Amino acid sequence: MRGWLRSDGRKGIRNVVAVAYLVECAHHVARQIAAGEDEAHVIGFPGCFPNPYAQKMMERLCTHPNVGAVLVVSLGCESFNRFQLEKMVAATGRPVKVLVIQNEGGTKSTITAGRDWVRAQAAALAAAPTVPIAASDLVVGTVCGGSDGTSGITGNPAAGIAFDKLVAAGAACIFEETGELIGCEGIMEARAATPALAGEIRASVAKAARYYATLGYGSFASGNADGGLTTIEEKSLGAYMKSGQSPISGLIKPGDIPPKGGLYLMDVVPDGEVRFGFPNISDNAEIVEMMASGAHVTLFVTGRGSVVGSALAPVIKIAANPHMYARLSGDMDVNAGRVLSGEATLEEVGQEIFDLVLDVADGRQTKSEELGHREFILTYKSFDPIGPACLPV
Amino acid sequence: MPTDPRLLLLHPGDSVYVLRDQIAAGETVLVSGTAVAFAQPLGLGHKIARVAVAAGEPVIKYGAPIGRATRAIAPGDHVHLHNLASDYTPTYALEGKA
Repeated sequence: MRGWLRSDGRKGIRNVVAVAYLVECAHHVARQIAAGEDEAHVIGFPGCFPNPYAQKMMERLCTHPNVGAVLVVSLGCESFNRFQLEKMVAATGRPVKVLVIQNEGGTKSTITAGRDWVRAQAAALAAAPTVPIAASDLVVGTVCGGSDGTSGITGNPAAGIAFDKLVAAGAACIFEETGELIGCEGIMEARAATPALAGEIRASVAKAARYYATLGYGSFASGNADGGLTTIEEKSLGAYMKSGQSPISGLIKPGDIPPKGGLYLMDVVPDGEVRFGFPNISDNAEIVEMMASGAHVTLFVTGRGSVVGSALAPVIKIAANPHMYARLSGDMDVNAGRVLSGEATLEEVGQEIFDLVLDVADGRQTKSEELGHREFILTYKSFDPIGPACLPV
Repeated sequence: MPTDPRLLLLHPGDSVYVLRDQIAAGETVLVSGTAVAFAQPLGLGHKIARVAVAAGEPVIKYGAPIGRATRAIAPGDHVHLHNLASDYTPTYALEGKA
């Protein structure tokens, strides 16, 4: 496997130009700049008003190991601190340019200037030297979306087996989300590396339960019930299977980068009073948070059948339901539904996912990459920093 | 006790089976030695009671509670929104669907 070495020691498995808009008003211009340039990926924050979480997320994403250069597209009057973002990116040695639409002369001239810069950077990145990478260089996230009654018995436990193999190989693996682990707190804290971490895990799930109780409903969509799931606890236990059997090394929040290999739980539910609405409004919000914590690849287990991918980092889609796989095989990288028909064991599917992670890290395109999926969403949130007991010593 | 091979037991302590394949309307299925007739079709991933669960008692899947019975559940019953509720947050299901 080969990748690209960054100044912070992390290694990328892709080498893309991030085109980052800083307010929705600059989104169209950013999209037009990236159009037609395969290695230009659009990310951004739509809000006009300042939010430390969004600032941190954009800084982390613009310095993600898969990003080789950054074009920042600002309207000019939004509150996002473009000066700080530019400084952060420049400090990592990456080429960075800021275009302010109000100063560039509007839509057309900004698009022209942006395209010229992106094209030149993409050419330079294509010729950049590579270095060897190993499984221990990887951060792998996992999410599930469009869950049904098969997710927790095929795709999620198979992803858990792949996670065990990755952790054994020295990778950092991240599972989430605490709102979908309600009911699992007892069994989860028993796996914590230290008693203090167990307390943090229990508190994070209690926070999620409180947060969702205030909102009036849990992280549970109508399609979950159609697929045979009845309660959030049941969905949670199925989602929990993605974590595998390894001890839990740490508890991180979005944008915290795992300091070493091991299994990490990501607490995605905001701290403090309930503000800004639903924690993660759709699956891509979770994938974005995985990437902000450095995920090179995200495993996405789906029962009902999601088709999304992501900007910046590949998504491996694992079909849990064999009937859905038959309909959506063009979107799925792995058919874990074979476990139900007896055509494969969980161990075999887990090994297949592990092997595929390494292939994708070495450049193999996932289905969603081939299909051009570049979804991205970032919304307002608010977090306190993690406590000292959350990270491994 | 003999049980239809389409019913999957995830954990020895579970009070429900999980369907590993569909059941057609009008089918009779062997559940823990008893023939149970299903008037409605049931999809992959749905749950069927393995044992009786009294109203207010926890329903167990994966060896862990997934909520409480809101009415008495008999072996062979479809276990879903009509007889099981969360101990945490209520479940939202789309209304008006056929």
